[in-house]
Amino acid sequence: MITIKVQTAPFDPGELTNSVHAGDAAIGALVCFTGYVRDFNQQQTVQGLFLEHFPGMTEKSLQRIAELAGERWPLQAVHVVHRVGQLELAEPIVFVAAASAHRQDAFEACAFIMDYLKTRAPFWKKEHTAAGSHWVEGRFSDLEAADRWADDQESP
Amino acid sequence: MITVLFFAKYKEELQTERLQLDWQQDWRTLGDVRDHLARRGAPWTILEDSTLMCALNEEMCSLNTPVKAGDEVVFFPMVTGG
Repeated sequence: MITIKVQTAPFDPGELTNSVHAGDAAIGALVCFTGYVRDFNQQQTVQGLFLEHFPGMTEKSLQRIAELAGERWPLQAVHVVHRVGQLELAEPIVFVAAASAHRQDAFEACAFIMDYLKTRAPFWKKEHTAAGSHWVEGRFSDLEAADRWADDQESP
Repeated sequence: MITVLFFAKYKEELQTERLQLDWQQDWRTLGDVRDHLARRGAPWTILEDSTLMCALNEEMCSLNTPVKAGDEVVFFPMVTGG
């Protein structure tokens, strides 16, 4: 079961974790990742973030990434929640959960989804600092991280 | 006609979110559309950025992807979500 949400509203990672499991006894392992707004980047103090996205394509991209994970690992559930708009320091940005019978599949699927999300889903961060606001530059290390799954047959 | 969308830094620097362009008979790929826009000169040369990414009809693609009249083309900087 795949659940994709792109929303401006804050979310509670703990509540989401429990909702993914939802008493499903087939789930033996649930791996969750939460990404937060941190207070520094590229040697500047960050005061907050604005997240832009491409409505429509964003949801389709996340759905496709989750489907690819499901083709690669036996998963009971995948949840992806990503915020857009204005975010404050320390707030959660993204939540990814992969549920499987066994831990290795859940660990790998969660990492795969995050690596693909970072490089293939149309989100852009703009950081607010004391010196003004600027768009965050994409990192080639993120592309390299996604490349480790490169024996995929197709791309989202 | 072809629709071209821009996001994030490109949208700001070009002060353009959406364009409608007349179809050019010699266009074959997204790269041809990109080159057509970059020939306008600054600030459009930002589209020659080596980290430019693109999408065709809401699917990620490359500059080598074929394009046709009626398509929606999107140009954007490297994504930074997550």
